[in-house]
Amino acid sequence: MSSDSEGHTAVRVWHENMALCLPLLVFGVMAMSPASRSEQPSLRVCADPNNLPFSDSAENGFENRIATLIARGRGQRLEYTWWPARRGFIRNTLRAGRCDIVMGVPSSYELTLPSTPYYRSTYVFVTRTDRHLAVRSFDDTVLRHLRIGIHMMGDDYANSPAALSLQRRRLGAQIIGYMIYGDYSKPHPPSALINAVTRGDVDVAVAWGPLAGYFAKQSRVPLTLANVSPAIDLPFTPFVFDIALGVRRGDTARRAMLDSELVRHRVDIERILRDFGVPLLNARAR
Amino acid sequence: MRHTCLRRVVTAASIALTTGVDACEKARANPAEDTAAVRLAAAPLPNGIALPAGVTGTQGDGEWTMPARDFASSRYSPLSDINVANVGNLKVTMNMSTGVLQGHEGQPLVIGSTMYVVTPYPNKLFSIDLTKPGGVVNWTFSPGTSDRAVGIACCDIVNRGAAYADGKIIYNTLDAHTVAVDAKTGKEVWRTQVGDINIGETVTMAPLIVKGKVLVGNSGGELGVRGHLTALDVTTGKQVWKAWSTGSDADVLIGPDFKAFYPRDRGANLGLSTWTKDQWKLGGGTVWGWLSYDPNLNLIYYGTGNPGVWNADLRPGDNKWSITLFARDPDTGQAKWAYQFVKHDAWDYDEIMENVLVDMPFNGQQRKLLIHPGRTGFVYVFDRTNGELLKAETYQPVTWAKSVDLKTGETVEVPEKRTHDGVITRGICPSSTGAKDQQPSAFSPRTGLLYIPAHNVCMDYEGVEANYIAGTPYVGASVRMYPGPGDGRRGELVAWDPVKGQPVCSIKEDLPLWSGILATAGDVVFYGTMDGWFKAIDARNCAPLWQFKTGSGVVGNPIAYRGPDGKQYIAVYSGVGGWMGAIAFPSVSIDDPYTALGAAGAVPDIKEKTRMGGMLYVFGF
Repeated sequence: MSSDSEGHTAVRVWHENMALCLPLLVFGVMAMSPASRSEQPSLRVCADPNNLPFSDSAENGFENRIATLIARGRGQRLEYTWWPARRGFIRNTLRAGRCDIVMGVPSSYELTLPSTPYYRSTYVFVTRTDRHLAVRSFDDTVLRHLRIGIHMMGDDYANSPAALSLQRRRLGAQIIGYMIYGDYSKPHPPSALINAVTRGDVDVAVAWGPLAGYFAKQSRVPLTLANVSPAIDLPFTPFVFDIALGVRRGDTARRAMLDSELVRHRVDIERILRDFGVPLLNARAR
Repeated sequence: MRHTCLRRVVTAASIALTTGVDACEKARANPAEDTAAVRLAAAPLPNGIALPAGVTGTQGDGEWTMPARDFASSRYSPLSDINVANVGNLKVTMNMSTGVLQGHEGQPLVIGSTMYVVTPYPNKLFSIDLTKPGGVVNWTFSPGTSDRAVGIACCDIVNRGAAYADGKIIYNTLDAHTVAVDAKTGKEVWRTQVGDINIGETVTMAPLIVKGKVLVGNSGGELGVRGHLTALDVTTGKQVWKAWSTGSDADVLIGPDFKAFYPRDRGANLGLSTWTKDQWKLGGGTVWGWLSYDPNLNLIYYGTGNPGVWNADLRPGDNKWSITLFARDPDTGQAKWAYQFVKHDAWDYDEIMENVLVDMPFNGQQRKLLIHPGRTGFVYVFDRTNGELLKAETYQPVTWAKSVDLKTGETVEVPEKRTHDGVITRGICPSSTGAKDQQPSAFSPRTGLLYIPAHNVCMDYEGVEANYIAGTPYVGASVRMYPGPGDGRRGELVAWDPVKGQPVCSIKEDLPLWSGILATAGDVVFYGTMDGWFKAIDARNCAPLWQFKTGSGVVGNPIAYRGPDGKQYIAVYSGVGGWMGAIAFPSVSIDDPYTALGAAGAVPDIKEKTRMGGMLYVFGF
């Protein structure tokens, strides 16, 4: 069964409060029984192995950090089912019962039962600082002369909200699309959109804040991020989203558990998000 | 070993068809030398209808060596042992589990006394000895398809079958490779990568092998893949040519020989100029359906898929060459003519459907026709020599368009049924799944009718909802599908007269028909339903003759063959899956009517009516 379709599962074990890492990479979702005194069930997380800043298989994403925080606090083993976060992700991971928690979903996401949101972020305009473009709104006249990069979602009649706002202003011809899926053989493929700004392939990108914030920090040339304003392009195109944890529909006990964990760790979670450059709105202690 | 050839039941009406074919011993001894089938196809029946000369190649009349049995894509078998009079006695003579519980689209092949079966991912190939009772597996070939293809491709892990030539069974794997396997030994002969799963390219289609070239196209239009058809050398697997569906004329292989019939399809570099900026690079137009070939005209025919990114507003322009019928020279790949069915698609009406090649009288003249039953709801009839559209009539309820203007080739659309981002549009018929999808129809030269597996499903394109992919929230339109006008039955087998442009008879089915069709010289038409019934009807009046309940939904394509014992058999897969069929899977939820790109709303009852499976069934006496 070496070529089975099941996701790869890595198990990381937390012994009491000691960070003793025991990463094991196995094929399939197997019941691992490492030497652990704890009989606690694992905290089973569904995640993309190649999607920084959110998650990766080296557990370097902010969602990995938050999952670790929760698992450690509860003395649970942390177990990942890795699956590319694209169409079929929820079906093949959460709904297939391979794992129980998705670390980031919009709070109105119908495929899961979302927790209380734990952060709110926004789409941002990303420009090279040396261009002094100062784009803040889709009504800024400068946009009419710019090459505008956005992510393309591909199917389901799906759109970056920027696509709707640009079309409404008859700026559709300015758009240069970058597939959100990108080239999966490369690290974190959605970053291609931010690289396009750095390289000058586009003048401005409209990107989701957490992604833009993280890659802007690493850019070899300074990039400027400006929150898309206003937050809702009337009548109904939102640029600000509340992000929650997602569990299977009906899994209310686990949601209640996670809600209390989010409250318990809120300070640490916010610190992690800021470390990763996530643009936060309405955050506490701002 | 010597096998007995049973004398065939020859009815008076079938004499013209079967004369000179009683040569099964010879065919068995050396199929390559049997030219009876060629003569058979070339000789028109008294009704003046024939498949084009040479389309059955060198196979014996009891063999099935390519996806649709012949290059004409007829799915017509000249066997008539099983006929209207005796089909009621059919029984299961053999069955076998493939060990894979996924959608079993496609069909087996029969070469000599061996049957070949390709499974969905992980794309195993079985060689089955038909001389042994119950069928004994000679060998199994495992191509080692990458499991990454499942996660990255995400949508469909079906396979639509293999083709035979040059002593090799040749088929495509989900991770975008073509493999050639020695038909006798089961050893890999060559393997060629034809796409990159890292950018979402997969291959699910069945290849066609024409003049020593293996023709392969890609899937993945939903992921921003740019479509192409590639020709590989049958001996070495090396690429001979590659024709892109978007981009410059040099990429699309449009040169001096190209003469589109309609001015709308003429001009330089339309694969670039009908897109804004670099959008053609994500342009779709994938080639995941069926291919046809006319040996005398030396042209191959195929349709391309929907344009990349579904949202029409994001890609102003005609978006050529998406949703286009191409005629190409198989030696060079150069396009001879093209016809874009739908400009600037707003409904996902990709037109990769089969193109059935028939020579028959049309309005008083003998014509070389190409019949294309479209996802759009129209059956298109072309003059395949030049791309002139001769007829386009609807075979299922259609609201997005009124008609097609045969003078200009333009569709007369209903503007308010075009989808736009942020605009609610209701009552679009057919839905994105089409009046039919990839499941192929069959044509009988004896009746002159095309047997179409049709869907009567409509859709609403609704407001915006939050969605999420790769860590990024976005907004998507909600597409909700539901049964079309009528009594709620969503499927129909339509026996279509391509000359009159109207049905002769039909059978309504509860669920959309997702199986292919088989027509035979016994005047029996076979098909299956997504709730697992396998049925035989009278080709002339659609009267039900026989049915058998298989273990799972039928989304495969039946074939007919003659076994080593000289008897005729019918084979088909049972194993529900595909776009709509996947809704039967336990992991796919139906509490959300928007699941599976909205298709769950069309078949919310399918979970009650069938379950996953993976079986080969063979029927005979």
